Amino acid sequence: MSDYDLIVLGAGPAGAAAAIKARSLDLRVAVIDEAPAAGGQVYRAPSPALTATQPDADRARGDALRARLAASGAVLYANHRVWSLTAIFSVIAIGPDGPLTLEAPNLIVAAGAVERHIPVTGWTLPGVIGLAGATILLKAHGVLPGRRVVVAGSGPLLLLVASKIVAAGGEVVAVVDAAPRTSWLARAGAMLARPDLMAKGAGWLLALLKARVPIHSGTAIRAIHGTDGVESVTIGPVDRDWRPVGEAERTIAADAVCLGFGLLPSTDVTRLLGAEHRYEPELGGWIPAVDTSLQTSVPGLFVAGDGAGVRGADAAPLSGELAALGVARRLGRGGDLASEITKVEADWRKSGRFGAAMSALAMPPPGAAAMIDDGTTVCRCEGLSRATLDSAIAGGARTLADLKAMTRCGMGPCGGRVCGEAAAMLIAAATGWDREAIGQPSARPPLRPVPLAAIAGAFDYDELPIPAPAPL
Amino acid sequence: MSALYDLAVIGGGILGSAAACRAAEGGMRTIVIEQQTLGSGASGVNAGTLSLQIKRVRLMPYAIKGHELWERAGERVGFHKTGGITLAFNQREADLLHERMALKREAGAPIELITPARVAELEPNLSRKVVAASWCGEDGYANASLSGAYYRTLLEAAGVDIRERTPVTAIDRRGGAFELATPAGPVRATRLLLACGAWLRSAGAMIGLDLPVRARVNTVSVTERGPALVGTVVGHATGLLTLKQKPNGSVLIGGGWQGTGSPDEGRSSVDPATLLPNLRLAMFAVPGLDRFRVVRSWTGFEANVPDFYPLAGPAPGIDNAFLLGCVRGGYTIGPYIGALMGDLIVGREPELPLFDPGRFATEASAAA
Repeated sequence: MSDYDLIVLGAGPAGAAAAIKARSLDLRVAVIDEAPAAGGQVYRAPSPALTATQPDADRARGDALRARLAASGAVLYANHRVWSLTAIFSVIAIGPDGPLTLEAPNLIVAAGAVERHIPVTGWTLPGVIGLAGATILLKAHGVLPGRRVVVAGSGPLLLLVASKIVAAGGEVVAVVDAAPRTSWLARAGAMLARPDLMAKGAGWLLALLKARVPIHSGTAIRAIHGTDGVESVTIGPVDRDWRPVGEAERTIAADAVCLGFGLLPSTDVTRLLGAEHRYEPELGGWIPAVDTSLQTSVPGLFVAGDGAGVRGADAAPLSGELAALGVARRLGRGGDLASEITKVEADWRKSGRFGAAMSALAMPPPGAAAMIDDGTTVCRCEGLSRATLDSAIAGGARTLADLKAMTRCGMGPCGGRVCGEAAAMLIAAATGWDREAIGQPSARPPLRPVPLAAIAGAFDYDELPIPAPAPL
Repeated sequence: MSALYDLAVIGGGILGSAAACRAAEGGMRTIVIEQQTLGSGASGVNAGTLSLQIKRVRLMPYAIKGHELWERAGERVGFHKTGGITLAFNQREADLLHERMALKREAGAPIELITPARVAELEPNLSRKVVAASWCGEDGYANASLSGAYYRTLLEAAGVDIRERTPVTAIDRRGGAFELATPAGPVRATRLLLACGAWLRSAGAMIGLDLPVRARVNTVSVTERGPALVGTVVGHATGLLTLKQKPNGSVLIGGGWQGTGSPDEGRSSVDPATLLPNLRLAMFAVPGLDRFRVVRSWTGFEANVPDFYPLAGPAPGIDNAFLLGCVRGGYTIGPYIGALMGDLIVGREPELPLFDPGRFATEASAAA
């Protein structure tokens, strides 16, 4: 019998809420996270050297979350990297004290989201980082990405990152948003329903206006220039479908670029365990198919937070509670779980509207593939340009699996996490195939690259379980 | 009415493609029908090892011919003849090595025993715990992920029709021809070759055969690029390790450790419980691997029958139907035995004997 009823992967707002709720239902719970402390990306704990700095609202929420999780009685394995899982369910991780295997009949995956990249010329230069990466630098380490920063891409992270840079004393020389101003207005309905979050965004915007940061809507980076690092950035207009148009280019001196196009639900774990997925552009792309309590097609495997569809930190705790209720129901725990599930699900769906609207705002339309120049590196690990991938597509590649076999795209250390979306956009642009048909990068262990020695640990050769040799 | 082919091949792996090319060259109007894409099964996901030292004695003549064909394919399949070393780390393994390599040498493979000192000269980064070793200068590797692209070129040049992403859902016999039902419409052919690897059993059932085909689930891992450690193909006396470092610096680790899953489930998975000893064995053989990061492990189906020899010949009791699969060491041997099969189908005497599927009771119900 396993030590736990439930393992939660990820201690961000969704995972922590799931663990706390499950503890309140008297389940035995373990939580695993890669970071040194709970909080996830949005409530990431600052490095100890920074605790004297001015705490903001997110910091206060993060501290409260960490305190509640610690008091809940859930066992937190921080600093643990999960590299493989098997049904039903072994979680295999590497931590500060070596390998760790945990087992439980239920698993809630609250692994959050990863950045969506659209490669532009020069994006591989030092000094170019992701928008989400920039938030980690700023939140956990108080480090500015550069002295003169261009913040570019799409979605609400643009305003968050730019305002944090300004607040930390940096200079943002341009915010470059591919979405036209009208698409923000088109989402106003969902935003007005949440005046509190709207006010948060307005606060960011106000801070940028006050600092006289130029905000270019309907605009994208044409190229990032430099030899050993970023020196300047050329921007230009894009049409409603994000295709570069016109000659009205301008070049801005800068030494850093924060670049990102919204968030993709992190589906590594659910793919590895063979759950069914569907493509839902409004929620960031591929998401696991789930029932009313967020259980996937694999019995006992639940998802919560942005990994179930990007809805943001505000909706995340309710999804965690919902999944915890689902686990309790599956374990046959007492109480009126069914009506609570109905209620929490409704609350979650409502609270998720704002975040989903934000997520949709960041989502590149199909025309965005035109932002990638022929010579631009798409797959960084294998050094493959758009032209190389396009010629494989012309030669018959119709799925990410085909492209991988034909060009090695996605076979490097990133495992397709960085290039998979862009590669799929290129196939879609060339063939008109829908994203479901193009597929996802295949999930294979290890989920992140792991040194052989860390997996192998200490062992005695004579104790290796060598099977009988093959027939002669 | 759809066109009538002389030969329909189910399965676009190395075996099916090689047979189709030979049949087309012999004048047959041929089509290959593949449920996924060319070379996407075992042909494309195996470790690409071309080692005579791990081939079965009786299959050695076929393996030697296979090596020649891959060498001829050269760069198109990423062929490298590096030589290979097989290692034994204790007396039991040394005995096994001596016994097996002697027989393989008799069967024609240019294998010699070498001393641990010679191993250290050839490959200074291998473990110093070697007690016995063998060497074969013919050994090397190719890049299995190029199998599909390579055979696509050959099939197109031979004028073979290719239908991919097309599962065959039923096989009927009408008016002296096979009619294959597919979602894209029926395909008709006077002859039929089943060459669909781990799916041979289910395809065989469509023509009333109960084939004793099972599938092994082999595991392969690859590391990120790293500094040069080894130049040859490294094996283990038991056959449970194959290891080679590609020119780009990544290291490929195989050895036939078993994952989970089955062809009927449609998927297979790495089993961490067998991956662990596989990686430990690799690290023991090449200690400098400890700091290489494993990027990806994956699995593929390798079909076999109880005697672990190929199924290659006429389908028992069914005129004009043929079976080809379950070739142990199929990546190496596939191009050659596939061509032999093509010869048989066009009515030529194959250069080397094939492996009659009729040696098993298949209870042909002649339903087709």
